[in-house]
Amino acid sequence: MNDMSPIASEIMTSVNGKPFKLSRRGFLGASLGALVLGVTLPAARARAQAGAATIAPGSRVAAFLEIRPDSTVLFRSAFIEGGQGIFTAMAQIVGEELDVNPANFVVEGAPPGPDYLLTGGGRFTGGSMSVRMSYDAMRKLGASARHMLLQAAAARLSVPVAELSTEPGRVLHSASGRAIPYGEIADAAAELPLPTDVVLRDRADFRWIGKPVARLDVRDKSTGKAQYTIDLKVDGMLHAAVQHSPRLGGEPDVLQNEADVRGMPGVHSIHRLPGAVAAVANSWWRARMAVEALQVTWTEAAGTAHAMPADFSTEAHRAKLKATTGDGVAFEAEGDAQSALASAARVVEATYDAPYLAHGQLEPPSALARWNDDGSLELWIPNQAPEMFQAEAAKLAGIAPEKVLIHSPMLGGFFGRHFLYQTANPFPQAIHLAKAVNRPVKLIWSREEEFLRDTLRPMAAVRFRAGLDASGMPVALSAVAVGEGPTGRWFGRQPDKVDGSAVEGIAGKVYAIPNRRVGQVHVDDPAIIGFWRSVGHSMNDFFYETFFDEMADAGRQDPYELRHRLLADSPRHRTLLEAVAKLSGGWQRGPFTAEDGTRRARGVAMASPFGSEVATVAEVSLQQGEIIVHDVWVAIDPGSIVNPAIIDAQVNSAVALGLSSALLEEVVYVDGMPQARNYDGYPILAPDRMPRVHVRIVESGAPMGGIGEPGVPGVPPAIANAVSVLVGKRLRSLPLSKFDLRGVDG
Amino acid sequence: MELTINGTKHEVDIEPDTPLLWVLRDELGMTGTKYGCGLAQCGACTVLVDGQATRSCVTSVESVARSEIMTIEAITEDTVGQKLVEAWVSNQVPQCGYCQSGQVMAATALLKQSPQPTDEDIAAAMVNLCRCGTYNAIAAAVRQAAEA
Repeated sequence: MNDMSPIASEIMTSVNGKPFKLSRRGFLGASLGALVLGVTLPAARARAQAGAATIAPGSRVAAFLEIRPDSTVLFRSAFIEGGQGIFTAMAQIVGEELDVNPANFVVEGAPPGPDYLLTGGGRFTGGSMSVRMSYDAMRKLGASARHMLLQAAAARLSVPVAELSTEPGRVLHSASGRAIPYGEIADAAAELPLPTDVVLRDRADFRWIGKPVARLDVRDKSTGKAQYTIDLKVDGMLHAAVQHSPRLGGEPDVLQNEADVRGMPGVHSIHRLPGAVAAVANSWWRARMAVEALQVTWTEAAGTAHAMPADFSTEAHRAKLKATTGDGVAFEAEGDAQSALASAARVVEATYDAPYLAHGQLEPPSALARWNDDGSLELWIPNQAPEMFQAEAAKLAGIAPEKVLIHSPMLGGFFGRHFLYQTANPFPQAIHLAKAVNRPVKLIWSREEEFLRDTLRPMAAVRFRAGLDASGMPVALSAVAVGEGPTGRWFGRQPDKVDGSAVEGIAGKVYAIPNRRVGQVHVDDPAIIGFWRSVGHSMNDFFYETFFDEMADAGRQDPYELRHRLLADSPRHRTLLEAVAKLSGGWQRGPFTAEDGTRRARGVAMASPFGSEVATVAEVSLQQGEIIVHDVWVAIDPGSIVNPAIIDAQVNSAVALGLSSALLEEVVYVDGMPQARNYDGYPILAPDRMPRVHVRIVESGAPMGGIGEPGVPGVPPAIANAVSVLVGKRLRSLPLSKFDLRGVDG
Repeated sequence: MELTINGTKHEVDIEPDTPLLWVLRDELGMTGTKYGCGLAQCGACTVLVDGQATRSCVTSVESVARSEIMTIEAITEDTVGQKLVEAWVSNQVPQCGYCQSGQVMAATALLKQSPQPTDEDIAAAMVNLCRCGTYNAIAAAVRQAAEA
């Protein structure tokens, strides 16, 4: 289990779609001493200052900004870039107030440090939190730096500050026609105290916030110049590859051909690690060839946490979850669902389930470790939480956390993959190997090892019961989620309380059904489970929103109209539902015949994930039993926005992932081992199945919500609801590719 | 063994069955070409071998010793490549970016062979995986580059 429990678990279980409340801390003002804007003032001094007093995260300009002599800005982001566009968003937000064009920002992931604890007092990149958690602080930070530059310019020109203004990258004295580039006064500004109060730019005057500003990393990523952990190299570095125990909990016993393998080309050494063997060589391919040639006998080690049972199978686990009875611990209750169900004119019942999923990010995990002469340990690691990785690395290395230097390179996709997951992180092995060979070591997990040790989205089943009145309106809904949530696994579970990550998307729904109960029956998950883009929502909204259509059908109501009626008192959601209907040319369920002669249908779904609201419509047909998704329309209301182009891209991405999970993906275990070890056995969405995606952003002005994940949850139910119209039966299990739908083509 | 990469000859001393990908990355330091799956499933490792899009993770270095190899490192020195990069930027294609070297190389091979590809040509050639789902932006960028 990980530290930081109170923060992370509270944040990551914000099931009601309400933004996490932060205590608003004021600026600390001048008491922290001089700030550093200049190029001579890098993170080392910022770190030194950090120890002096209590830090208000996000307030100290020196920790974040370096204005360089050419007036470009080096910005240290508390959040890690992994494709979601956060570096660009940070440049837009800070640049708006600092008065520097975001295009003149160079952004990198910040080192560990108290200044960067912007996620509810902790720090991680996840939960679609980054912008909404830091927006106010980053605006103030930019405004503070601008204020200091104005002060420095006033001193330089011997004029009152009131006579000065700024335009992007420089201070102007319009009376005399003089201008000073920021880069020339950065050092002087750095000597000035942090302002206690700053005026923020009026929203109406925004030049970059709210605009489709170009991403900062696109050219480098289009020319192969972007560097990920897997690409890094340091002097004297050796390469390492591992072979893990086929089941977690096995330890290497006999290495039958160790001497032969040691003699293979380029091999430096062979190592035994907890639960794995490793080969170190002068290239990764040679290390891989060596370690995979090793004939290893594995023995069961007693006491391994979450050791994989030798008889574990996903099929049996699914059956167990579906057969588990009881109402469990209540998480959400309104009215009296039990009585309302007992007196309902009609009761609808169904049990749904969803499979384990792998993250499948294209960059295989890696870690580069170097022990320095001063006893410090330097790590370059894909991660979403530098301080947590630092603490864990320090523990493993037996040194103080401040002796562990963490570099957080760009991530080649993450989707929840790069949290601190112990057995799913390669860095402990890299630390061990670098120590053992007394050289820097870069360890890469092969795709096959990644499929063996990735954390999985948990498997879950949900039992629904709905009561309808004589007119077909839902009067009661009871849902019991069975399984285990990732938040409880990694941040501590209280036996008498429900892990919100197990029920989010079943709880927190917005429909006015007067009697509701959502409960959870905890069942230990034998797999190593983790966070997967949109977490519980990724399957729970599928369960709920498809069951919703079952209710509608049972009550002889159109599923769109029923949603609309049940949102009568919820204008924000009703507006959004109408927006997606309009975007799709008006609601029609079908089946209908498209211009190309195919028989098609549409499904609709709503979700309230991560502080945002989403309404989704999908149009599908069937060809030789294969589900074709033609168009997906998404209306998303994140309250207010920073970059509409990035939102559009994130929604496209979410549609692709949601579709992939709905149609194709399923991790299958037999005898405690995953059956797929690469994309050939675990297909992910290929380009030929990508639908057209249409996005409408609605800015309701509600508190800012997330963007990275919210587009995912509505996609599987919108698709499944549409398919059910075509095939005339409900599909209650994912992925949909498991159903034989031949014979119902249009 | 001598390799011709981006018009430059490189001498490498390596087991002949080593995949080209790892010669590029570990021997020659050209890390723009990515490792994704090692099984020719994802296409992150796509390079051009005599103009053909080739999965370097399953291509032995020995088999390309007499070929012209082009990698992403030389993309802006190539007329078609440069056009594609501009289209990639203008369509803001990449998200995490990890697959994009391979995507751009696949598109380069396509436009070299079919300067005016149909949508079907694009679908047939652009088969590399992208976990971020940038597929629509990729297709738009290829169309734009073809028209440029």
